[in-house]
Amino acid sequence: MTKVTIYVTLRESVVDPQGIATTEALQKIGYEEVKSVRVGKLIELQLDGSEETIEARVNEMCKDLLINKVIEDYRFEIGEVASK
Amino acid sequence: MKFAVLVFPGLTCDLDMYHAIEETVKQDVEYVWHTEADQLDQFDAVLLPTGTSYGNYLRPGALAKSSPACKQLQAFAESGKLVLGVGNGFHILVEAGILPGGFLRNQSLKFRSARETVRVENNNTAFTKEYTQGQVLTLPVANEFGNYYADEQTVEELKNNNQIVFTYANENTDGSTEAIAGITNEKGNVLGMMPLPERAVEEIIGGTDGTALFQSIMNNRGEQHVN
Repeated sequence: MTKVTIYVTLRESVVDPQGIATTEALQKIGYEEVKSVRVGKLIELQLDGSEETIEARVNEMCKDLLINKVIEDYRFEIGEVASK
Repeated sequence: MKFAVLVFPGLTCDLDMYHAIEETVKQDVEYVWHTEADQLDQFDAVLLPTGTSYGNYLRPGALAKSSPACKQLQAFAESGKLVLGVGNGFHILVEAGILPGGFLRNQSLKFRSARETVRVENNNTAFTKEYTQGQVLTLPVANEFGNYYADEQTVEELKNNNQIVFTYANENTDGSTEAIAGITNEKGNVLGMMPLPERAVEEIIGGTDGTALFQSIMNNRGEQHVN
């Protein structure tokens, strides 16, 4: 079984209201060195498939559902599911 | 004229939309559950109400793509018949690729339930003929993701094709690009808007500025018959 970790971030041109509020909150509690926060999300998939097909399939999944490319960028890593 | 109120799981304001049709234009209107939308082409117009489809998980409106009704809705829109999506219904139209753009969390980070002043930027659409150009309406909004986003190129296209139909007239509280409150597709047969016209069709609920939108849809239909 393969594990895919997808990092979703807001596109650079997009204002991130959550990030702005979080920046201000960090500064307020004493972390004045923080100049910017951008909040994204992490999507973890466990799936079957060969290494060659997975990359194309995950790109399709991102395009079809997981990502809205108008507002979001993404990248992903492919790894093994850690055995318990 | 026959209206369908298309209901995806989690859309909660279907009754408001149904009532608005009964109240303003007194036409046939039916609820259509998303798994039973294969006969959508028997209707003249499809209305997508607001609510919280699929819990707004992943992104507002995104998971509606997992329903067969999404493809049926895309086909209906392509056929040129009228589609109106309000609030979360607008989210679904954007996520389904029927309208351009995306939605972000409100700049205020709050769920905002309020009355907004909304300007009619284009009264030459099937949805706005009964308004005057530049008319300022008061319409309710109720959303957490009302912050419409489009990149510069998309905004340029929207402007060139007169697809921006409504903007916020006084304050752009949610932070929408170009203060956009509602847009049509290129053909002009699909309208998405964040303000909720179906909640403004009776004085007793605080105003009637939404009434003319439903009357426009009716009268547009009449004109098509004449032609």
